[in-house]
Amino acid sequence: MTPSAPVAFPDIQWLQLAPIIVVLGAAAIEVLVEAFAPRTSRRSIQIGLTFAALIVAFAIIVINAGTFQLVVAGSAAVDGPALFLQGAVVLTALLVALLMMERKVDPSGDAFAARASAMPGSEDERQFTARGYLQTEIWPLFLFCTGGMMLFLSANDLLLMFIGLEIMSLPLYLLAGMARRRRLLSQEAAMKYFLLGAFSSAFFLYGAALIYGFAGTVSFGGIADAVVGQSQMSGLLLGGIVLLCVGMFFKVAAVPFHEWAPDVYQGSPTPVTAYMAAGVKVAAFGAFLRLMYVAFGGEAWEWRPAFWVVAILTFFVGAMIGLAQSDIKRMLAYSSIAHAGFLLLGVMAVTPDSLSASMFYLLTYAIATVGAFGIVMLIRDDSGETTSLDAWRGLGRTHPLLATAFTIFLLSFAGIPLTAGFIGKFTLFASSAAAGEGWLVLLAVIASAIAAFFYLRVVVIMFFSDPVGSGPSVATPSWATQTTIVVALIVTVVLGLFPQAVLNIADHADVFVR
Amino acid sequence: MGILSLLILVPLIGSAVVAFVPASPTRSKQLALAFTVVTFVVAVVAYLQFSPGGEQFQLVESYQWIPALGVTFSLGVDGLGLVLVFLATLLTPLVILAGWNDVEDAQAQNGDSQSEGQVRGYFGLMLLLLAMTLTLFTALDVFLFYFLFEAVLIPVYFMIGRYGVGRRSYAAVKFLVFSLSGGLVMLAGLAVLWYVSAQITGEPTLYLPELIDIDIDPTVQTWIFWAFFIAFAIKAPLWPVTTWLPDAAGSSTPGTAILLIGVLDKLGSFGMLRFCLPLFPDAAESAAPVIIVLSLISIFYGGLIAIGQTDMKRMIGYISISHFGFIILGIFVFTSEGQVGSSFYMLGHGLSTALLFMVVGYMIARRKTSTIAEYHGLSTPTPLLAGMLLFAGLTALALPGMSTFISEFLVLLGSFTRVPWVGAVATLGIILAAVYILLFYQNTMTGKVTEKNKNLKDLNLRERVALAPLVVVVVVLGFYPAPVLNVLNPYVDDVMAQVGATDPPPTVPLATGVQP
Repeated sequence: MTPSAPVAFPDIQWLQLAPIIVVLGAAAIEVLVEAFAPRTSRRSIQIGLTFAALIVAFAIIVINAGTFQLVVAGSAAVDGPALFLQGAVVLTALLVALLMMERKVDPSGDAFAARASAMPGSEDERQFTARGYLQTEIWPLFLFCTGGMMLFLSANDLLLMFIGLEIMSLPLYLLAGMARRRRLLSQEAAMKYFLLGAFSSAFFLYGAALIYGFAGTVSFGGIADAVVGQSQMSGLLLGGIVLLCVGMFFKVAAVPFHEWAPDVYQGSPTPVTAYMAAGVKVAAFGAFLRLMYVAFGGEAWEWRPAFWVVAILTFFVGAMIGLAQSDIKRMLAYSSIAHAGFLLLGVMAVTPDSLSASMFYLLTYAIATVGAFGIVMLIRDDSGETTSLDAWRGLGRTHPLLATAFTIFLLSFAGIPLTAGFIGKFTLFASSAAAGEGWLVLLAVIASAIAAFFYLRVVVIMFFSDPVGSGPSVATPSWATQTTIVVALIVTVVLGLFPQAVLNIADHADVFVR
Repeated sequence: MGILSLLILVPLIGSAVVAFVPASPTRSKQLALAFTVVTFVVAVVAYLQFSPGGEQFQLVESYQWIPALGVTFSLGVDGLGLVLVFLATLLTPLVILAGWNDVEDAQAQNGDSQSEGQVRGYFGLMLLLLAMTLTLFTALDVFLFYFLFEAVLIPVYFMIGRYGVGRRSYAAVKFLVFSLSGGLVMLAGLAVLWYVSAQITGEPTLYLPELIDIDIDPTVQTWIFWAFFIAFAIKAPLWPVTTWLPDAAGSSTPGTAILLIGVLDKLGSFGMLRFCLPLFPDAAESAAPVIIVLSLISIFYGGLIAIGQTDMKRMIGYISISHFGFIILGIFVFTSEGQVGSSFYMLGHGLSTALLFMVVGYMIARRKTSTIAEYHGLSTPTPLLAGMLLFAGLTALALPGMSTFISEFLVLLGSFTRVPWVGAVATLGIILAAVYILLFYQNTMTGKVTEKNKNLKDLNLRERVALAPLVVVVVVLGFYPAPVLNVLNPYVDDVMAQVGATDPPPTVPLATGVQP
């Protein structure tokens, strides 16, 4: 950049950015499809476009493998972690999209409201439902959200990171309110998520402003140089880190910023919950890792004690309150809180090993989570999906295959061998111990033991309890949901037995570009 | 592919075949029996290939598994591993034979309806358990060991929770929560061990023969030692983490109880000898006093509570706690007699537990209850059964002439030479054994037969065939223990050398006037 040109138009590295461009571009086209395509063909066009965009994006990510550079004047990074996690996000999105397609489990349509704008319980709503309307706007929203995630985790300055955060979050607020059944609960969830999300965005922005005041730049590399160059901790820097972290803690649902998670998970349409639990977790931790490793890594000893407290609180609160849940979606919400606690071990370690371990953990967690929610969608009663644990009684007797699949996902969450979750837990804990946090690992395993107990409770309910009444009522899904569950199952078991290939990829992607 | 892979593969394939081939219950049982007999034959071949006194680890096989973590799939046996492989492969076919009707009996006790899939599931899990157990006894990579140490909980959990009796789901969960908590603590230790090995050797490794050679800082040793030891102490239950065992024993079918308590729980004491001592010798030595006291408490706790039990299976569970006390005591007195005794005791305890549970299982099969008070005067209608119960009981109380006598004697001898008062206290435990065994025999078998027991049938051919090999092995090893001791003595010498312990010199001076 020369001084004579006040605003230089940056070089755009089209190929490196292509995955994000493809996804966001397809989302924009889908908005036009909403406007111009006839109602009858809209759904199939949207679905076709969504899958095409995701598959093309994934292919470009694979082609880009090995790229290690900053793009667009240093505001975004295309490096190992970005590509690995973008790949994880796109894979998760593909599996979630299959769940969103599902129309066979609910007699009146998919998991989304016929017209989200209709008042819950109104005559309008009844009519729309009776006419079999489908809300096809979910597809562009879904793609915008996916593109936002990919941008969020490869952003290399605070502003772009904030933009990514918002592109990811705004569509999710909408999607959360679109459940076909229990509309009020769903709208409450959306409202809660939106208000608290907006609040946390404000924290993030305020933090970014303070950091800019401290470093005179928003780019991570510049911040890192400013952090290392100074002899004593400045109030601006410390305040900035704290506020940025609050924003991030909210997104990853770390205690004490986790309160939204159970309500939002419970109220949202299940495919959206799956995407929140899996996709958002991957994206937010990806961004969080980059922020703390690249920008503030040099100052790790300063902020680490605060992370100890948050991590310990997070995994213990997640594990203990999870024990008392009687609703499967709330239970999985607390499970995701506990997992956020474990992943914070990876964020605070600031070593390449921890980075690759965290990425592997995120991938295995995300895939198993989507699979588990895919099964949650199938357990139903007269009023639609039922998430009360009582409805799962005796599932092992009436539907042994389904119950076994769910058990495998739960075992993976609990970190029991033969599943990917175990390998993830081992690599994460080992790298954390290597970073000198052995005592924290000990606390984390105690929390895992407690968490294991609530996963087991579900296994007991499924296999050892007698069915209530005529037993659980299980909808037969179409090929789409079946594919999601089977793929998630295969990935969970194969990565549990032969993780070498993926561990290798993660190991080669363990450095952030600066 | 080596002999050890074959040893694991046979029951593994067997479990898939039994569980998924839609055969009649009888056919499934025959299939399961056939696979376990073949496994036993393979184990005998492995025994013949093993040369006592040679390399510590023999029949070694090693394959790449997860190079990114420095983890290999390595198998190999030492003397103790070989003996426990023998125990597991011997007991499983006998358990299938003795527990031919376990599933049906349990259903009758629970008042469940019959379903054919149950039989296939139960015996399929049993074979899976055998495959996993054999991998555990032969694993040379600590990661592989841990991997299965946790994974093996899954089949046992379902064997208790699904096919057990009474409060089975409570017992299964309790078993799992105890074991899993221990296992997770071990995971923390494993993570630290992994990075310590990377620090010392440059590359992370969890391959046991390499780990034995590295010196770990004593403070770090202490941490990892306890992380491992807690997991093992829960498995081979040591007071105060024993409470899951009586519940698991009481709610299992006799077959599950034999495999769980007689075989699988040996993993605890096996793990102490195989991992805790050679890898963390300094920590082991400094922890020994605490552990010795805990094992003495176990001996008496288990023995005393066994006397007061009203349920036969729970009683055997408490007896086992007492015996595990002896086994762990022998390991941590650091004498070769003690450790040979403990190793031999693991075999002997497996045999005596199997005998007891089998006979008790036969009683339950006749009356569908395991309450002691329901049985009285059985020696009149079923003299052979009564005789076998007496034999099993005498094995458990270590009567001279039984293999258990030799092991208990060695453990006590080893304790006396190291710390005399410990030996003296432990010896009192033998008296307890006489009390609980003889009282149990007296209450159930002697006296005037009650109405309900009058028409019981004596042991049939299948039941006798299942017991006979055990009786033979117990008596033969009682008089001629050489085949086992020849394998165990060099093994214990290796362990003692790795720990850096030597036997204390004799304290009694040679008699004066005797010229050396």
